[in-house]
Amino acid sequence: MYGWLWRRLPGPTLLRIGLLAVGAFAVVAVLFLVVFPWAEPRLPFNHVTVSTSSSPSPGG
Amino acid sequence: MGCEGYRVSGRRRVPGYGGEVTFPTASPAPRRQRLAFVVGVVGEILITLGVVVLLFLGYQIWWTDVVSNRLAGQLAGQLTTEWSDGRGGAPGFGPNGLPAELTVAPTDNTAFGLVYIPKLRSKVWGLPLVQGDTLTQLAEGMAHYPGTAMPGQVGNFAMAGHRMTHGARLSNVDHLVAGDYVVVRTKDWWYVYVLDRHTIVSPYDWWVVDPVPGKPGAKPTQAIMTMTTCNPRWQAIERWVWWGHLKNKLPARGGLQPAELAG
Repeated sequence: MYGWLWRRLPGPTLLRIGLLAVGAFAVVAVLFLVVFPWAEPRLPFNHVTVSTSSSPSPGG
Repeated sequence: MGCEGYRVSGRRRVPGYGGEVTFPTASPAPRRQRLAFVVGVVGEILITLGVVVLLFLGYQIWWTDVVSNRLAGQLAGQLTTEWSDGRGGAPGFGPNGLPAELTVAPTDNTAFGLVYIPKLRSKVWGLPLVQGDTLTQLAEGMAHYPGTAMPGQVGNFAMAGHRMTHGARLSNVDHLVAGDYVVVRTKDWWYVYVLDRHTIVSPYDWWVVDPVPGKPGAKPTQAIMTMTTCNPRWQAIERWVWWGHLKNKLPARGGLQPAELAG
């Protein structure tokens, strides 16, 4: 999978490394700004409040 | 992605294994090579997932603190500006000439107070008190449970804070002892609470924020407070609960501050 990606990238090695770094940064940014904030309330790790409903309200 | 790697004019590409490799097409090897290719891709996916989990850990432990502290700082700044502009308090004055107190909760997401815990000074010092008890408000500071009393009022003033991540304001809740102070400032008043006792309950023990905890339906006669956070520290299977009572209050005017803030 990554081998395929490496071969598909254009240019010399240095350019490919640069492109991969930019790509990795973009992926991490999307994870931190979109995916993780979306996933977090759906995970049970971080709840601090008390509640009566069947699912405890959040907190941490 | 997985389609690459099948026959390319008698040669086979095995991604992840050093680029293009030539194999004899008629030998028994292709089956094994196909298996190696599939195992390789699955392995790479698993490694990627592992890295994503590690990134999520970094997000939780580091990034949420960064975001949360920035939010809390902005909110506290806005609130202080509003207060100095004369906004954010209860309208009018009481019969004794003192400013009226906030008795009705504002709409959700409104910051209406600042919380100070001298014992936890590094984290809970001028922390916004925000109406609502969802993750949104918890990320901004201390979250005021809807339906509970306002600070200083008869009944149970209840708030929650994060023990870990998103600022982790109450990370050291276990350092507090009975007799420690929790100070809440609204625009016109300072309220000083003294902690009395703590307990650990289930997340479903809603009674802890009742007007009189442990006595369902009882009419409150005292101004008390409840503060909840999660327990154990890196988990959320229980809730750590502190109860306290109002010791005194004083009008916030002319830079007057309660002595308890000192420690």
